[in-house]
Amino acid sequence: MTLLAGGTDLMVDLNFGRKRPERVVAIDRVPELSHLEGNGHVRMGAGVTYTRMLAEDVGSAALREAARTVGSPQIRNAGTLGGNIATSSPAGDTLPVLAALDAVVVLRSKQGERRVPFAQFMTGPKKNVRRADELVVGAEWDDAGPAQTFMKVGTRNAMVIAIAGLALVVDRPRRRVGVGLGSCGPTILRAPQAEAFAAAIFEAHGWDRHLTPSDAELKEFGRLVATAARPIDDVRGTAAYRRHVLAVMGERALARVWSIT
Amino acid sequence: MRLRLQVNGTEREAEAREHESLLTVLRERLGLWGSKNACEQGECGSCSVLMDGDLVCACLVLAGAAEGRDVRTVEDLAAGEHLHPVQRAFVDAGAVQCGFCTPGFIVATAALLRDNPEPSDAEIREALSGNICRCTGYGKILEAVHRSAAQGYTS
Ligand SMILES: Cc1cc2nc3c(=O)[nH]c(=O)nc-3n(C[C@H](O)[C@H](O)[C@H](O)COP(=O)(O)OP(=O)(O)OC[C@H]3O[C@@H](n4cnc5c(N)ncnc54)[C@H](O)[C@@H]3O)c2cc1C
Ligand code: FES
Ligand code: FES
Repeated sequence: MTLLAGGTDLMVDLNFGRKRPERVVAIDRVPELSHLEGNGHVRMGAGVTYTRMLAEDVGSAALREAARTVGSPQIRNAGTLGGNIATSSPAGDTLPVLAALDAVVVLRSKQGERRVPFAQFMTGPKKNVRRADELVVGAEWDDAGPAQTFMKVGTRNAMVIAIAGLALVVDRPRRRVGVGLGSCGPTILRAPQAEAFAAAIFEAHGWDRHLTPSDAELKEFGRLVATAARPIDDVRGTAAYRRHVLAVMGERALARVWSIT
Repeated sequence: MRLRLQVNGTEREAEAREHESLLTVLRERLGLWGSKNACEQGECGSCSVLMDGDLVCACLVLAGAAEGRDVRTVEDLAAGEHLHPVQRAFVDAGAVQCGFCTPGFIVATAALLRDNPEPSDAEIREALSGNICRCTGYGKILEAVHRSAAQGYTS
C-alpha cells in the first residue's frame, strides 16, 4: 500500500512509470493529519502544506523561510511536511530545519505510536526508519524562539532543488545552537563543532543579550560549518562548491540571527 | 476505474486507468484540451488548474484523488465566445507566441488576481514562478498581468 498526500513526489514517479503500486491510499483529506498547534511546544501534522506554513504561525521562522523556497505556488499548495519527511531526500528543504530544531518525527501504526528524533529518522538518501505499516503523523519540536534562519543555494530563486541548504537555530531559552545541512551528504547533517563554537561564544557573552560578533568569529563559524559537510560532485554542483557556499551561508546565517533576541 | 468528477461546475463521469493523472483524464477522457501536458513533473505549470480554489498542477493530481473536489480548468474562464479579462489582456499585450504555456499562465494569473488584485512586479514573478514559457515571452506576460489588474478584474 502506498500513501498519497500532495502527490508532488509520488505522482512524478507514477507518471514516469518508476513506481507501479498496487494500492494507493489518498490521505490528503484526513483531518487528523492537519493539526498545527504552537504555544511553546509545536505539533505540526503531516498534512500541513507549504502554503499553510506560510500563511499561519508555524512556531519556527526557519521552517517558514524553508517553505517559501519550495518549488512554486502550485507545488506549495499541494506538497506537505509529511511527504517531505517520508521521501527523505537529502535536498528536502524542511529537513535541515527539523534537524536543527531537534524535532521528533511521530509515527503511528496499529502497533502504536513511535517518536523518533529526526537525527535517527533519516538513514540515507530517500531512506528512513519508517516501517511500511507506519504513517507519519507529523513532527514536534520545542519552540526555539525567533533567532533562527534557513538558507539555500540554487540556480534560480524559484523551483530549484538545493545545491546546498542550511538551517541555523539559536535557542536562547535552552542555551543551544543547532545547525542542519541539506544536500551535502547522504543524510541531513548536523555541524556539531560549529554548534559548540557558537554556543561557547553565547555562553561567554550571555545568552539573553544581543551581540555583535567579530568578523573572525563569523568566519570561523562558517569554516566549521563547511567541515561538517560530506558533499559529492553531482549534476547540481561540485563538492568543492558546496563546501564553499556552506561556509558563506554559515557566516551569513550567524550574522543574521546573532542580534535577534 | 470509473470516476465521478466535478469539473467546471458539471458532474462528469470518466473511465480512468490505474495511476492516471487528473491531467490525462481531463485531456484524454473528457476532451478538455486546454490544460497542456508538457513535463508531467510539476516543473512547467502548463497543466495548472484550480482544485477547491487552490492552484495546482493537474499532472501531479491522481485522478481518483480529485473525486469530490471542485476542479476548474482554463475552459471555465471564458463565457462562451466572450473572453475572460485575463485572456483578453494576454491577447492585447501580445503575450502569446506558440501559446503552449498560455492556458497555464492564464489560470495562474486569474488565481493571483483573485487573491491580490494589484500585484507588484515582484509579486507577479513570484506567483508565476511555477509557469515556464519556452518562447521566453516573459516581458509581455508581465505586461498582460498588469493590464488585467488595471482592468480591475476580480473573479
Ligand atoms: C516541481 C517540483 C518542485 C519541488 N521543489 C521542492 C523544493 O524546492 N524543496 C523540497 O524540499 N521539495 C521539493 N519538491 C519535492 C516535493 O514537493 C516535497 O518533497 C513535498 O514535501 C512532498 O510532499 P507531498 O505531500 O506532495 O508528498 P507525496 O508525493 O504525496 O508523497 C511522497 C512520499 O511520501 C509518502 N508519504 C506522504 N505522506 C506520508 C505520511 N503522512 N506518512 C507516510 N508516508 C507518507 C508517500 O507514500 C510517498 O512515497 C518539488 C517537487 C516538484 C514536483
Ligand atoms: S505538465 Fe504539469 S507541470 Fe508540466
Ligand atoms: S508562448 Fe510558447 S511556450 Fe510560452
